[in-house]
Amino acid sequence: MNPEYAGGSLSGAFVALVRRDLLLAFRRRTELLFPVIFLLVVISLFPLGIGPSPQLLARIAPGVIWIAALLATVISLDALFRSDFEDGTLEQFVISGHPLTLIALAKIATHWLVAGLPIVLLSPLLALWMNLSTDSLSVMVVTLALGTPILSLIGSIGVGLTISLKRGGQLLSLLVFPLYVPILIIATAAVMAASDGLPYTQFLGLLTAGLITSVTLAPFAAAAALKISLS
Amino acid sequence: MNTNIAVKDKPRKNALVMFIHKLGSPPWFYEFTGKLIPWLWLVFAVLAAWALYLGLVKGPADYLQGESVRIIYLHVPAAWMSMLIYSSMAVMAFIALVWRIRMVEILAMCSAPIGAAFTIVTLTAGSLWGRPTWGTYWVWDARLTSELVLLFLYLGVIGLYNAIDEPRKAARAACLLAIVGAVNLPIIHYSVKWWNTLHQGSSVSLLGGSSIDASILWPMLIMAFAVKFYYAANLLTRARVRLLEQDLRKGWVKDLIREQRT
Amino acid sequence: MSHLPFIWAAYSIGAIVLLWCAFAPLVRKKSAIRDIRRLIQLEEPARDADT
Repeated sequence: MNPEYAGGSLSGAFVALVRRDLLLAFRRRTELLFPVIFLLVVISLFPLGIGPSPQLLARIAPGVIWIAALLATVISLDALFRSDFEDGTLEQFVISGHPLTLIALAKIATHWLVAGLPIVLLSPLLALWMNLSTDSLSVMVVTLALGTPILSLIGSIGVGLTISLKRGGQLLSLLVFPLYVPILIIATAAVMAASDGLPYTQFLGLLTAGLITSVTLAPFAAAAALKISLS
Repeated sequence: MNTNIAVKDKPRKNALVMFIHKLGSPPWFYEFTGKLIPWLWLVFAVLAAWALYLGLVKGPADYLQGESVRIIYLHVPAAWMSMLIYSSMAVMAFIALVWRIRMVEILAMCSAPIGAAFTIVTLTAGSLWGRPTWGTYWVWDARLTSELVLLFLYLGVIGLYNAIDEPRKAARAACLLAIVGAVNLPIIHYSVKWWNTLHQGSSVSLLGGSSIDASILWPMLIMAFAVKFYYAANLLTRARVRLLEQDLRKGWVKDLIREQRT
Repeated sequence: MSHLPFIWAAYSIGAIVLLWCAFAPLVRKKSAIRDIRRLIQLEEPARDADT
């Protein structure tokens, strides 16, 4: 750390960055709604495509809702760093005194607040549309609450790698979906176990472990990716 | 200066270290591998022919599965290769990123298409094996599903490497991706394997879980060994071409091509 | 159902993929050498005149 830097502490920088990004995000309030609208549209396509049979919808509900969450996250991920990359702010962050890992973590936190949290809040409505049983509803919300931050964290590594590409967004999905497979499997297993009345807490434990691991490791990888992209 | 003492004490270690160092130099690498590659192809051809003869001609059909078990000599070695190549790619990627060695970057990146090819072979052979065995061309069993995800990981590395213009930056980015994929691979494997048992009750596998007879095991192992030489030969070939393309304007390349002419 | 067509198909596809994988770099090598020769010709016309 630069000893001449008279600015604030690490946590101060973190908070300041989150505040700044949230402020920027809220300036374009309509853009905040895009992931929400996307989710609603995609979920409603399923009954339209498969037929409204309540039993069928209930069976596929956990998978469908989680896949829609994956898609919505990937779509919103590119925006995570892109505008800062394009106007050179990201470069300034890299050469500033602050550790890039912290900056990455701050941006990921903002992304989750802006894109992941709405998914969690919207999920009861989606569960209703997909006729998901009420006993599994709370489990669904918890898996999304635990899982969407992991999606943001792992996704940020992909974003860091593709940020310097013009069509980075398209490549991003290919890069990131294989990494999402375990989360999808565990989360949907939890919800399905809950709707069958079977024990599900072990899956939530796995998700929590995954969240803790991602929070500690992913920002480093994302920072390394950004350094490579900006080199 | 203690170089004299070093040479006297451990001449063999110095020779090996020097050899590895020399491989880092493109012209020396090009020259050395040029001589090595034909031998690698020869060993592969001999071993593969032997394995196929033992398996397809001399070997018996499985009493349960019939003739189609012969696909095992293609499917299993290809599957093992697809995973071995990813591991070797990830190790090379790590070395390349940490020590910034250009030759290792190139070797890591050239491994990716070969690994993808083996993954495709695994998937198609597995699919065609499944049709007579289970009745459908595609089954979401643990191995095939894992291989499919592995293919996506390979395609991601290849895609990212080809998307970035500057070669060394592209290699570094793709190497980081390869490492991230490698860290996730065990997690993906286990979750897919477990997902498979979850949704089908008993774990279904092409090999049926029974122990493999020796007359089937041996050709399979020989083929698995042979295919490693294919990988080595193909990898070095691709690395040499990549060197030519990247060092197009450099002196050593021009001298080399001029010499080839005369 | 005869298993033979499946065995043939599996090995044929395997052979095609692995042969293509083995030969693709050689094609690129030819065009790379062509480019290098062109580069040599452009930059050293004098030397070229000798041969």
